[in-house]
Amino acid sequence: MQIKVLSQKMEEDTIASWPIRLTVGGIVLMIAVGLLYAIWSLSPDYAELKWTLAASMHESGVSHPVTAVLMNFRGYDTLLEMGVLLLAVMGTWSLTPIKAAPETHPPGLVQDGLLRLLIPLITLVAGYVLWAGAYAPGGAFQAGALLTAAGILLLLSDWQLPASLLPWLLRLLLVSGVAVFIGAALSMLWLNTYLLAYPPQWAGSIILLIELCATVSISAILVALFLGGRPDEPGSTI
Amino acid sequence: MSSTFFFALAGIGLFVLGLYGLIIYAHLLRKILAINIMGSGVFLVLAGLAHRLPDGTADPISHAMIITGIVVAVAATALALVLMLQVQHTTGQAVLPEKQKY
Repeated sequence: MQIKVLSQKMEEDTIASWPIRLTVGGIVLMIAVGLLYAIWSLSPDYAELKWTLAASMHESGVSHPVTAVLMNFRGYDTLLEMGVLLLAVMGTWSLTPIKAAPETHPPGLVQDGLLRLLIPLITLVAGYVLWAGAYAPGGAFQAGALLTAAGILLLLSDWQLPASLLPWLLRLLLVSGVAVFIGAALSMLWLNTYLLAYPPQWAGSIILLIELCATVSISAILVALFLGGRPDEPGSTI
Repeated sequence: MSSTFFFALAGIGLFVLGLYGLIIYAHLLRKILAINIMGSGVFLVLAGLAHRLPDGTADPISHAMIITGIVVAVAATALALVLMLQVQHTTGQAVLPEKQKY
């Protein structure tokens, strides 16, 4: 298959000649020394941003600082990042021909039994990690990664979305994270004139809602990227 | 040397190693792997430097940046792999052409 061709080509990979390798090595070493100096000379008391964060934690709606930064104080960043993920899927879909259903073999007895145990467990753990994000390390991205693992396991064992649901359900899942995030941002703009400025008493619930949709959306996006192309749909033209 | 700077040092090492591989090798799969190693180096530097606050706690802002960065890196890698397959499909080899000859 394609992967085999690639790995054969890797064996006969061309590599730059010795003088070029030495020159590049020298330049790269100089960059390393420069970076090292930059890190060495960083001021040790840079923590002002952290104290600003600690002072405004009570307004964030969550008690874990990473989640507060991710979803509230730097929410704009996370919103754009969800957009980048969606763009990656759109790029992938527009570059590759429509994939026929991938060749899989029906799962064996052990794989089937293991999946029946693992998928609910992974889903449960993902739900917990999402919920725990409010007060402990966790949140949408970690939970999304867990759900992605479940989705890839399902893909590899001959499981597919029903073809009649595929066109709109898959797109809904892919878009839901960005859509809800933008919806929340715009409603905040309408409510209190600032984009993404959640009122403190509602912040916790808004963040949980956004994170829930983001989790599902992130895992759908990553599984779609794993598939590497637009899945075949009834009525789609090649 | 504190563990903070050890992590930062290892991160710089990974970054530079990836940069070297990116320039030296022609095969696009190796280049994509090299960029991923560079990214891991950057994340390691960020994670290491997050721990150098005087009170010993971690800086949540760089942690948040790493979390978003990892997911974006995965998505960008997937897109890069698709682009590589497309180059291979068009030119027959997964190497950027030297001159415009197709």
